[in-house]
Amino acid sequence: MQLHDLEKKFQEKIDKEIKIEPKDWMPEAYRKTNVRQISQHAHSEIVGMLPEGNWISRAPSLKRKAILIAKVQDEAGHGLYLYSAAETLGTSREQMIDDLHSGKAKYSSIFNYPTLTWADMGAVGWLVDGAAILNQVMLCRTSYGPYARAMVRICKEESFHQRQGFESLLVLSRGTPEQKAMCQDAINRWWWPSLMMFGPKDSESTNSDQSMKWKIKRKTNDELRQSFVNMAVEQVKLLGMTLPDPDLKWNEATKNYDFGEINWEEFWAVVKGNGPCNKQRLAARNKAHKEGAWVREAALAYAAKKAAREKAA
Amino acid sequence: MKIAIVKNYYGDFGGEETGGNVPKEYTADSTAWPLWEVFIRSKQGLDHKHAGSLKAADAQMAIENARDVYTRRQEGVSLWVVESKYIHASNPDDAESLYEPAEDKIYRHPTFYDLPDEIKHM
Repeated sequence: MQLHDLEKKFQEKIDKEIKIEPKDWMPEAYRKTNVRQISQHAHSEIVGMLPEGNWISRAPSLKRKAILIAKVQDEAGHGLYLYSAAETLGTSREQMIDDLHSGKAKYSSIFNYPTLTWADMGAVGWLVDGAAILNQVMLCRTSYGPYARAMVRICKEESFHQRQGFESLLVLSRGTPEQKAMCQDAINRWWWPSLMMFGPKDSESTNSDQSMKWKIKRKTNDELRQSFVNMAVEQVKLLGMTLPDPDLKWNEATKNYDFGEINWEEFWAVVKGNGPCNKQRLAARNKAHKEGAWVREAALAYAAKKAAREKAA
Repeated sequence: MKIAIVKNYYGDFGGEETGGNVPKEYTADSTAWPLWEVFIRSKQGLDHKHAGSLKAADAQMAIENARDVYTRRQEGVSLWVVESKYIHASNPDDAESLYEPAEDKIYRHPTFYDLPDEIKHM
């Protein structure tokens, strides 16, 4: 079969909502886009554990500590589901991890912002996980089978992350004047970076058109961002707090909340590695991987020894 | 009233100046573990179903990791793990010759047979 025939058949399958599975023929660019996106997504789950891990030993109560540990453990699992999905496309775990550690691969820029107070854990759960969920729910219907299945599993677990975050802010919002101030301060610092999580504007986004055609994505960056704003505006009222945007206004014509301009200069600076914590995050990952090498080696040696002993017996 | 918020410019902020383009000091391959497929029986009486995959040094570790990754919310009562390299799959290019012949054998389905409405328990 000629290449353009294969591509035509491939697109027909996509149009008919037939999932693409690992051994099926696919255009090289489809494979590459998925490897890039899925591995980036996996890296985000893994790097996302760092700012939260920092607060496990500083959580204000045993209950909050247990919740935080469970959440961080979930993120590790989500990273694993996604690495496995990417591996079905012919890349290796080692290659992906190397690319993350060398700075070649990207992860979500949101994790390059520091978590400065306990309220940040709540704001991250509510806003950051909330923004991530919108994207993830869409990806449950993505065209590549293993990616879609990983996302279904992730979405089942992710809802607890957002709810615990909001509840944690709710407690602060009903607390002492200091706790209230902390709550508002965390929302102020996380609001704009959360909006940036949806990526560049549709008019600036380079990969969007092809990804929509291949049904890797089903909604554009701007569509997802708008739904997020609409939801958050209502939810923040329950906290008795405000969002740090004087331009937020209900638009009767579009039935959406209009919002102010994102600081795109900051967005691109963080993407390019100049955010507050980029260096630190990569250093932490490299250190953990390097210092964990003996554990991986020891497990292999132990497995080999055990196998030899079983053979002899 | 002025309220002071204590911000922790430590732990999660500042400090480390290294990172990014760190030179590789070893090859990861020497310590990489093999890949395993995980199957879960969600409750007694049901089949084991494929849940996902993971890396582990041996079968026992694969089961322990599968327990930690795939059954944290009572998803199962039993686990199977098998090293991925032992799984053999049919080729999608053969799908037509393998599965299509079944399409014209509709008499294999109970709905093929037209029976009077009066008949019960069949």
